[in-house]
Amino acid sequence: MDEGLKSELSRQGVVATSLQELYNWGRRSSLWPLNFGLACCAIEMIASTMARYDMARFGAEVFRPSPRQADLMIVAGTITKKMAPQVVRLYNQMPEPKYVISMGACAISGGPFKQGYNVLKGIDRYIPVDIYIPGCPPRPEALIDALMALQRKIDAQQLTGESRPRHLNADEPSEFTVPTFGSHDLEPPQNPAVWHAPLVQIALAEEDESGTA
Amino acid sequence: MLRSYKLHWRKKMNLEPLRAELEEIIPGSVMEIITNPSPSAQHSLLINPEHGLAVATYLRDAPDLRFDYCSNVTGIDWPAPETPGKVGLKEMEEDIEQDGDEDDCAKAGYLEVVYHLYSMEKKHGPVILRMRTCDRGKRVHLPSFTPIWRSADFQEREIFDLFGVIFDGHPDLRRILMWDEFKDHPMRRDYVEPDDYEYEPTAHDEVLKKTMQHHSKHQ
Repeated sequence: MDEGLKSELSRQGVVATSLQELYNWGRRSSLWPLNFGLACCAIEMIASTMARYDMARFGAEVFRPSPRQADLMIVAGTITKKMAPQVVRLYNQMPEPKYVISMGACAISGGPFKQGYNVLKGIDRYIPVDIYIPGCPPRPEALIDALMALQRKIDAQQLTGESRPRHLNADEPSEFTVPTFGSHDLEPPQNPAVWHAPLVQIALAEEDESGTA
Repeated sequence: MLRSYKLHWRKKMNLEPLRAELEEIIPGSVMEIITNPSPSAQHSLLINPEHGLAVATYLRDAPDLRFDYCSNVTGIDWPAPETPGKVGLKEMEEDIEQDGDEDDCAKAGYLEVVYHLYSMEKKHGPVILRMRTCDRGKRVHLPSFTPIWRSADFQEREIFDLFGVIFDGHPDLRRILMWDEFKDHPMRRDYVEPDDYEYEPTAHDEVLKKTMQHHSKHQ
């Protein structure tokens, strides 16, 4: 429907919408995050839900203690290799549609602990991540911004066609490999179906002051 | 009874009388006093692991010592010195090399465990105990002090996990930080980490070297 006509109608008190808009509006307006935290980012996540920042304004106030009732996983904190299988398993236990916010430097890449012997270099090695929030830890405003970004992302999703989201495509997986404890590292160290090392021309790094080349 | 070595909070401690007393009660128990040249001057007693339990029990139970609180247990890995007398080695390490010459056990490097003891009752401390293993391979057994001080339980498990010291007499010696299937001891200096340097967007120094190695191997 034409946008101009729609706004004209709404001014006259007639609401016109499409099933897709209604569906996306319903999903984005009541995101239920999974109630768990891994490190200091969780403190900021808790602060975001309390009176001062009040994440409930965006429909995400119901933190569920069970993955079966949650549709948003906020990975808030350092993922140790010992914890990683449990995080992936929790994600697998969430019903579709489900989304992941990778909160803070640790959840993105391992952060300040990146070279630690027991630190996973980012949760996106095992599960697909929708929104990344940098920061150490990110402020509650950043988490609210991430939530709004996720809502915009959900709003823009098509229900049909090639670009439809994963949960509407029967061929796409909704569960991902849970790593097992190996004798030297997690097995597998990353899920190749989810994550590939971005191409970095490391040979040029020494010539480039930023080291990223 | 006030003895000369009576220790007070924050006061520099004198270990010589304590060493003499321990040697008198348990002959051969104290190997040496390791001095700490830093301003904190926390000197420590290197004790013989064979008499470790007897020393610990005595320190806890002697009525004028009463070290009833073990505040900290930590581990140190001392690998074999590559070239003795190498320029740039710290004074501390040179000291230990010399010790190693006296003791045939320690030539191949060793693991060390350090206990910090205080007395809540007598308000004195710390007394710092050290014990050394024979080598870093198979002879890594030390007596556990968990039966003496319960607070050593988790910390000895951590040292077992990260350094590989086996504490004989520990009631529940399993890994505490790493998973049970893990084989290595990550805090050892010769620990080989998994080669997961496939993506280091801001690599520099040591990380850059490892990343270059990773990419040269996988191309």
